[in-house]
Amino acid sequence: MTTKVEVQNLVKIFGKKEQQALELIHQGKQKDEILQKTGATVGVNQASFEVQEGEIFVIMGLSGSGKSTLVRMLNRLIEPTEGNILIDGDDISKMEKNELRKVRREKVSMVFQNFGLFPHRTILENTEYGLEVQGIDKEERQKKAEQALDNAGLLPYKDQHPNQLSGGMQQRVGLARALANDPEILLMDEAFSALDPLIRRDMQDELLEMQEKMHKTIIFITHDLNESLRIGDRIAIMKDGEVVQVGTGEEILTNPANDYVERFVEDVDRSKVLTAENIMARPQTVRLGQSGPRVALNRMRTESLSSLLVVGENQKLLGYVVADDAARLVKENITSLESIIRTDIPKVSKETLIHELYDVIHEAQTPVAVVDDNDKLLGIVVRGLVIGALAKEREEVTIDGE
Amino acid sequence: MENSILDFIPRVPVSEWISSMIDWLTDNLAFLFGAIQDGGTWFMDTVTDLLLLIPPIVFILIMVALAFFATKKKIGLPLFTLIGLIYIQNQGLWEPLMYTFTLVIVASLISIIIGVPAGILMSKSQIANAILTPVLDFMQTMPAFVYLIPAVAFFGIGMVPGVFSAVIFALPPTVRFTNLGIRQVSEEMVEAAESFGSTGSQRLFKVELPLAKATMMAGINQTVLLALSMVVIASMIGAPGLGERVINALQRAQVGPGFVAGLALVVLAIILDRIMQGFNKK
Repeated sequence: MTTKVEVQNLVKIFGKKEQQALELIHQGKQKDEILQKTGATVGVNQASFEVQEGEIFVIMGLSGSGKSTLVRMLNRLIEPTEGNILIDGDDISKMEKNELRKVRREKVSMVFQNFGLFPHRTILENTEYGLEVQGIDKEERQKKAEQALDNAGLLPYKDQHPNQLSGGMQQRVGLARALANDPEILLMDEAFSALDPLIRRDMQDELLEMQEKMHKTIIFITHDLNESLRIGDRIAIMKDGEVVQVGTGEEILTNPANDYVERFVEDVDRSKVLTAENIMARPQTVRLGQSGPRVALNRMRTESLSSLLVVGENQKLLGYVVADDAARLVKENITSLESIIRTDIPKVSKETLIHELYDVIHEAQTPVAVVDDNDKLLGIVVRGLVIGALAKEREEVTIDGE
Repeated sequence: MENSILDFIPRVPVSEWISSMIDWLTDNLAFLFGAIQDGGTWFMDTVTDLLLLIPPIVFILIMVALAFFATKKKIGLPLFTLIGLIYIQNQGLWEPLMYTFTLVIVASLISIIIGVPAGILMSKSQIANAILTPVLDFMQTMPAFVYLIPAVAFFGIGMVPGVFSAVIFALPPTVRFTNLGIRQVSEEMVEAAESFGSTGSQRLFKVELPLAKATMMAGINQTVLLALSMVVIASMIGAPGLGERVINALQRAQVGPGFVAGLALVVLAIILDRIMQGFNKK
């Protein structure tokens, strides 16, 4: 493996008295102290790490830890105060504008937290943007952009505008746009953080699938340990602008470098495996008033299910129907499902711990519905998911040596 | 109170300074002002003559069609345009209307040609922003009549000084709203444009200006309406048009003719404003 990106002692200071703050940093002073003495905010404090070609390198930290600042220095959307950024051995931090522009156009693309799509451009025009600024002629860039959209299954949407698409779809466009000019490095700044949990997991899967084929070097920013462990080949943990640990997920879970990482890992870890939100699956539903017993029966047959959840307006959970009842309605020629909705379905909130779930699910004849305060259906939990998660937890407990 | 300490400061001859500055400009740049006056007058006369060549009924139908498409095929504004313009024609105000129309269009176009680049400059440069902001404040707060004086000094009387004073009065909203529109473009849009390696002008023309368009159009709308109001005031220094009729009526204390012409101005203002707003909403 070769080193693709090397970051050496990268520093970013916001505010006046830059020099004074820089001196304090060299003396090994921390963020709080420097703020107190000089009024300058340390965004990134002497960060160093290497990213190998073809790996997904996750930079994780809570808000204010400097991870977004750090990633923006890699393509110099934010100018570093000090330090070097080497991409294939070339120092980005010392580049002239023209050279930098060439790197941005050909080597490094970025995906943004709120998608960063241009609202006045269609999906295709958005995807073309990176090629357009390079001056590639219209026919060729459209062909490439359409190819990129096609790879993401987005071609049918090419003439729509971003606000006509859901968040998940928009971010797929963001990713397709970033890939359209075939960059070597992808910078993803909290790319999935604005999405619903289920969509988010789909996107993580898609990213991993894409990576299998493309082998890009991906630098992925997140505040979510769960996400880091899922997609990261290696993870860097940041705190107060400093990189406190770099390692594989396994290494970080097993050997936290200091108290901070340990607490972080513990905290997030518990929520990671232990709540309903984290293990729930996409529910199969029919909408009351929209679908009748024939549709319901057909769905159950194609999905091989014996029951289906019924929702009303705004995904509000009403209950479930079973196949036998639906078949009876079809025979009696009744078109509304209303009379056969059963309501004895267990409901839990998304914060419910798995241990509590286990008891509920043990007694239930149906899947357990995960709902919010307004009874809006978020997902379902079936027995297999809980057992899977519990098994995984036990494994991790053993690693911790308990 | 006779010997207040303030009385020891001799009067500073501000007005003399300004007068001598204007005199100096008039004397030394007379050839330039003369050329602008002659060329401008010829140009605007030609435009007005051309407009007057169009039969009123054709002109009215064109405006009605514009109103129809601007309001997405609603009926209200086209109807208002039709009745309003027929009223103006009926009252024998067609020729002054065309003069006013020319003055407003020319003053607005000059304001936009100067104002949009100035607004872009302000949004890109803090120094330009710091210098131009007080200049714009000055232009907007100085009573409009004051501009008529140097306008007359430079250009004499007629349409050109009218347009000159209208441009000074109407320019600020376009500059301010262009600046505001570009500054309002979200950080993420700018970062997205930058991250793909846009040059400064690619970023400006492909991302910032399109996203600032709605705000800029609001400013341009203001500019057109301010130009209209100033064109009326400029009738005091001999700019022809509907304003001239109002001033004449004022000087002779004729209530009827004054209101007839005033109403024509209101009709023109409403038509211009609504058509522009309609197109901006698209």
